[in-house]
Amino acid sequence: MYVAVKGGERAIENAHAWLAEERRGDTSVAELSVAQIREQLSLAVNRVMAEGSLYDPDLAALAIKQARGDLIEAIFLIRAYRTTLPRFGASAPVETGEMVCDRRISATFKDAPGGQVLGPTFDYTHRLLDFKLAAEGAVPEAPEGEAKDGPVPHITGFLNREGLIQTEDESDATPPDLTREPMELPASRALRLQSLTRGDEGFVLGMAYSTQRGYARNHAFVGELRIGTVEVEMDIPELGFAIGIGEITLTECETVNQFKGSKTEPPQFTRGYGLVFGQTERKAISMALVDRALRWKELGEDDVGAPAQDEEFVLMHSDNIQATGFLEHIKLPHYVDFQSELELVRKLRREAEGQAAREAAE
Amino acid sequence: MAEMTEPSERQAWMSTLAKAPAADLARLWDGLGLAPEHEMLRAPEVGAVMVRGRTGATGAPFNLGEMTVTRCSLRLGCGAVGHGYVQGRDKAHATTAALVDALMQTDKADRVREGVVTPLTEALAAAQATRRAKAAATRVEFFTMQRGED
Repeated sequence: MYVAVKGGERAIENAHAWLAEERRGDTSVAELSVAQIREQLSLAVNRVMAEGSLYDPDLAALAIKQARGDLIEAIFLIRAYRTTLPRFGASAPVETGEMVCDRRISATFKDAPGGQVLGPTFDYTHRLLDFKLAAEGAVPEAPEGEAKDGPVPHITGFLNREGLIQTEDESDATPPDLTREPMELPASRALRLQSLTRGDEGFVLGMAYSTQRGYARNHAFVGELRIGTVEVEMDIPELGFAIGIGEITLTECETVNQFKGSKTEPPQFTRGYGLVFGQTERKAISMALVDRALRWKELGEDDVGAPAQDEEFVLMHSDNIQATGFLEHIKLPHYVDFQSELELVRKLRREAEGQAAREAAE
Repeated sequence: MAEMTEPSERQAWMSTLAKAPAADLARLWDGLGLAPEHEMLRAPEVGAVMVRGRTGATGAPFNLGEMTVTRCSLRLGCGAVGHGYVQGRDKAHATTAALVDALMQTDKADRVREGVVTPLTEALAAAQATRRAKAAATRVEFFTMQRGED
């Protein structure tokens, strides 16, 4: 049954007006600018770009302001905006081996060529609240050292030379795109990586943690974690050659995992891979662990029934916008649905009461 | 029109124009005092490019996510065609990039190179050098406290 109802327009309008006022907060406190959010809440901006699946720091900052700091709401705004943009094409795959690294560490090789570069990290901070930040004040310039020129080689390249790590299949095949075609299962690794890189950080982290706690444990070492900028290049048809169309910050994590070998493969190390927009280290490491867990089939490992091995479970629940949409729709008017449920329960109760009365009479 | 420039040089200036902060380009362009007549071949248009990565950095491509890009194409009175493809959503940035690209193919190339392209290239290189130097200052120098064989 469908019942058209009207009303509520004024309540909605007033609710939105109040929302705008609450968003602004106390007007005796200076208003936050989009540039301030972009520059000073940059890790929130990075998360919104990664999960919104659109690299544009200004837009992400605006979305955070509009969403009053609710990052999933901000991601929703970015996803909605993204659908309005015409697509000019696809870039050449970014060369992370040529990344200009702000940070580059390896947990497997102390003396990695290129060195252990910590970058602007929270690691080794004491996680004590810094009350100096509550007062305004200038920040001293960070010290500078002597930079070495040239690209920093990937750590896995060294293991590769000895044949001790599984190599990636070389290919230039056009990857599937889950923003264009509905996701089909079983999914290729390319599709899984696209899904994971835009997946909810909390969900992907939880899945990764579950593998560490023993649900499809895969003994991951962080072979390398690097954060920095890469140039994005695209072929321009009207020019007939490729040009750089911009520069983006990425976080890349390559895990090195134990592998005992299978019927076809000798014992060697295997890999998990994480690549995420922005400085998003927790997400990139999580992505690499989950990527590795999902590879059980192609590596000939056992399905131990762990959630992180279940492609359907992981990929269909990692998107926080899909999840939010379905979860939150239950708060919207369901008056008619509920009316029918109410009538059903009343009917069942009448029948049960009638039954009890008949049994008592017998 | 001047002789055709090498694609590699044109690639370099187009990439610089794409990455340069819009405000820097606007300031340098204004300083040049050029306002060449032109007709639009493609009005400035905001869109997205799907950025790809490679599985394990070296394997098969996958779709990482999109980035915003603005493009513009125009033709100068002398016939030179310029294209601008720039990061972000700034239409003025794309238009100026297309004008610079077109002028770089004319006898004004030296003036435009000196006034716009070279300063932008140097500013980008300087910004990158500063980040590299700050990163270098966080490189760990290990030293051995004690060896086990003692």
